[in-house]
Amino acid sequence: MNLRRDVFQAIADPTRRAILLLLATQTLPAGAIASNFDTARPTVSKHLQILTECELLEQKQTGREIYYHINAKKMKEVAEFIEPFRKMWDDRFNKLESIMKKYPQ
Amino acid sequence: MERKTKLRAEEGKQEIVITREFDLPLELLFKAYEDPEIVEQWMGTKVLKLENKKHGSYQFETTDPKGNKYGFNGTIHEFSPNQKIIRTFEMENTPFGVQLEFLEFEKLSDDTSKLNMSIVFKSIAYRDQMLQIPFAQGLNMAHNRLQNIVDKLK
Repeated sequence: MNLRRDVFQAIADPTRRAILLLLATQTLPAGAIASNFDTARPTVSKHLQILTECELLEQKQTGREIYYHINAKKMKEVAEFIEPFRKMWDDRFNKLESIMKKYPQ
Repeated sequence: MERKTKLRAEEGKQEIVITREFDLPLELLFKAYEDPEIVEQWMGTKVLKLENKKHGSYQFETTDPKGNKYGFNGTIHEFSPNQKIIRTFEMENTPFGVQLEFLEFEKLSDDTSKLNMSIVFKSIAYRDQMLQIPFAQGLNMAHNRLQNIVDKLK
């Protein structure tokens, strides 16, 4: 199985991207995740299953609830994950460079 | 085209290293970090305070398009013109904690220079969270754009 391709397929879906975004800053149980979407709950469960299978999400049993959180290690394997951070600095430095090129010497 | 800004975030380390080569003399590159008015322009933030000396401190304030204000501050540990800045950095009212920044400025030729920026976080988890912010914002924007398109189809 090509796991890497699977990760990109997982991210290609807008609902799954929205789930990753939702979990970027917090850990939530399946019910709370589903309540953020108009989609039927079994559909959200299916998305959670796919994200968990390709290891982008991890599960943790707490009491009766299963909580989901992002697997940062796996996310980093997706080149796109770290690229926006690099791009942010690249944009800033490009701006710095163009401002200073015009600076009167 | 070769990427001018390079980012290294090694597995199992609580550090990020950013390097960039500039088509600028070393003195002009350093000035962009020293002069508050220039910092404001390229960082896109308001500079409330910038004391470029040991034991000095700085304070930035950024306003988003909705008018929400975000504060940033830090303490200067070393300020050696055209060579080095060591300082802390903290995003106020966030759980990210303080990070330590080592900025090294290097002359490559009369017209080019290099910046080596090493950022150390409290833990690997904090570092990975910080790296995720622009990714999450990007996802959010992509999602909003998609939502706009879907809304128009309705």
